Amino acid sequence: MKRVTLFAGHYGSGKTNLAVNCALALAGQGKKTLIADLDIVNPYFRTRDSQAELEKAGVRIIVSPYANSNVDVPALPDEMYRVVDDKSYHAVIDVGGDDRGALALGRLAPALKEENDFDMLLVVNFFRPLTQTPESVMQVIREIETASSMTFTGIVNNTNLGSQTRAEDILSGAQKAKELSRLARLPLLANCVREDLIPSVRDQMENAQPIRLHFRADWAVF
Amino acid sequence: MSEKVLMKGNEALAEAAIMAGCRHYFGYPITPQTEVAAYLAKRMPQIGGTFLQAESEIAAINMVIGVASAGKRVMTSSSSPGISLKSEGLSYLAGCDLPALVINVQRGGPGLGGIQPSQSDYFHATRGAGHGDFHMLVLAPSSVQEMASLVFKGFDLADKYRMTTMILADGTIGQMMEPVSLDMGEVREYDKPWAVTGTRGERKHNIVNSLSLLPEELEQWNIKRYERYAQIEKTETMYESFMADDADIVVVAFGVAARVARNAILAAREKGIKAGLIRPITLWPFPKAALKEAAKHAKAFVSVELSMGQMIEDVELAIRCSRPVLLCSRVGGMIPTPEEVLAKIEEADKTGGAE
Repeated sequence: MKRVTLFAGHYGSGKTNLAVNCALALAGQGKKTLIADLDIVNPYFRTRDSQAELEKAGVRIIVSPYANSNVDVPALPDEMYRVVDDKSYHAVIDVGGDDRGALALGRLAPALKEENDFDMLLVVNFFRPLTQTPESVMQVIREIETASSMTFTGIVNNTNLGSQTRAEDILSGAQKAKELSRLARLPLLANCVREDLIPSVRDQMENAQPIRLHFRADWAVF
Repeated sequence: MSEKVLMKGNEALAEAAIMAGCRHYFGYPITPQTEVAAYLAKRMPQIGGTFLQAESEIAAINMVIGVASAGKRVMTSSSSPGISLKSEGLSYLAGCDLPALVINVQRGGPGLGGIQPSQSDYFHATRGAGHGDFHMLVLAPSSVQEMASLVFKGFDLADKYRMTTMILADGTIGQMMEPVSLDMGEVREYDKPWAVTGTRGERKHNIVNSLSLLPEELEQWNIKRYERYAQIEKTETMYESFMADDADIVVVAFGVAARVARNAILAAREKGIKAGLIRPITLWPFPKAALKEAAKHAKAFVSVELSMGQMIEDVELAIRCSRPVLLCSRVGGMIPTPEEVLAKIEEADKTGGAE
């Protein structure tokens, strides 16, 4: 495991949920962990939504004080350089969506590249309307790499249809992810599968990674 | 793979507009509806459509008037403060009898307010969208799927009645993600002999205009328009009824509030209280007849809203104040919890709504 793990990808692909999962897992292994929220695009659905759970697990949260507030400004947290300055931490970085979100990463890129101890993971959900094919994801990869001046090191397939995800959706998503991996020449590191679906797909695919949803609300089920 | 995609409510609004044949969008960014514009900025160039970020909301609504005059399907979207700016244009659209689709993904107000969800533009949408006597068709989606289907339906109604359809959504439904089927069926085409499309010297020119020089004529325009509205009230009212047929306590709620109310109703039924939901899908025309019918067996009503109490007036009017109507509301970007709605249902059940 590299010291820094970055999650980037298309808007709404599940980066924040995966970053939170990842930080909790690292902390669970007894590692000194921080999570940095570098989203400058979306004022909603931020790591702060999981603040209580993260803090309970001992994860340090670096997030703009304006996230999840009424102050709708593209602000970065003042503590963001801790990610590269304080190497005693395992750092998880939640990058904003698309190339516009990844722009903020450019500031950390020189230090991250100099240290060269990071994984930059592309998160993809083939059920999102603008990334339904490996080819359309290739375009997203190019745009993010240009904006952030960083290159991806691996793919995390997070294909899902929310509460309606079926085993067959997971399996066909894994097929597309394999094709993407070949096109992009990047290793497919994990296929995320909601915990309860694991038994029905485990024998038919590689790299199945159980995942738990961290955001829910009273109006979610309808 | 499933035929569905996983969309944000705002993305569903945008994609459904494309499927409905809309190729012209004019807007200006504002949270929480910005994804509508961001999505169309990507999609419109792919299909030969026009995406234009105008210099202001006022400019955008006037561009809408232009395209609508030419007989093409056209849309703009904004959130509460931006919709206030469009109000003059909404009145002109009505005065010109032009079809258009306008989306309001509401946030907390008044003034700049906040960026969290709200339903406090109900009065604006159903009564006071601009000066003069007029209505818009007002549709209130309660799920991401309905964000898509009501945009599709909204374009059809707009063309059919030469009116503005407003989608009155809220920040929650705009931002949340749910699976959506984009199987919308065929787009119905309407003849638009009134459209300004160029005469080629072969016919008398059309005039799209809201100015009348004669009061007698202007009176007739208004009367004709209201005859059309009366027809719409008879034929286009939409609502959903959930466990309401035998209900003692009838909850009335739309949009995200209806989702919360539904959970509360299930909890109330478990406690032995006969509660049910009437969810208006059209806020204008309001489902008056359904509520009047429900008043025959209900002992009290509960209006659940993200406002200080706006729809509650329509509920009281619909039932002619024949039953008590309680208000359950949160404002400023807050959303009532199922527990709060349940407490109000229990109060209504215990007291019959008497104060």
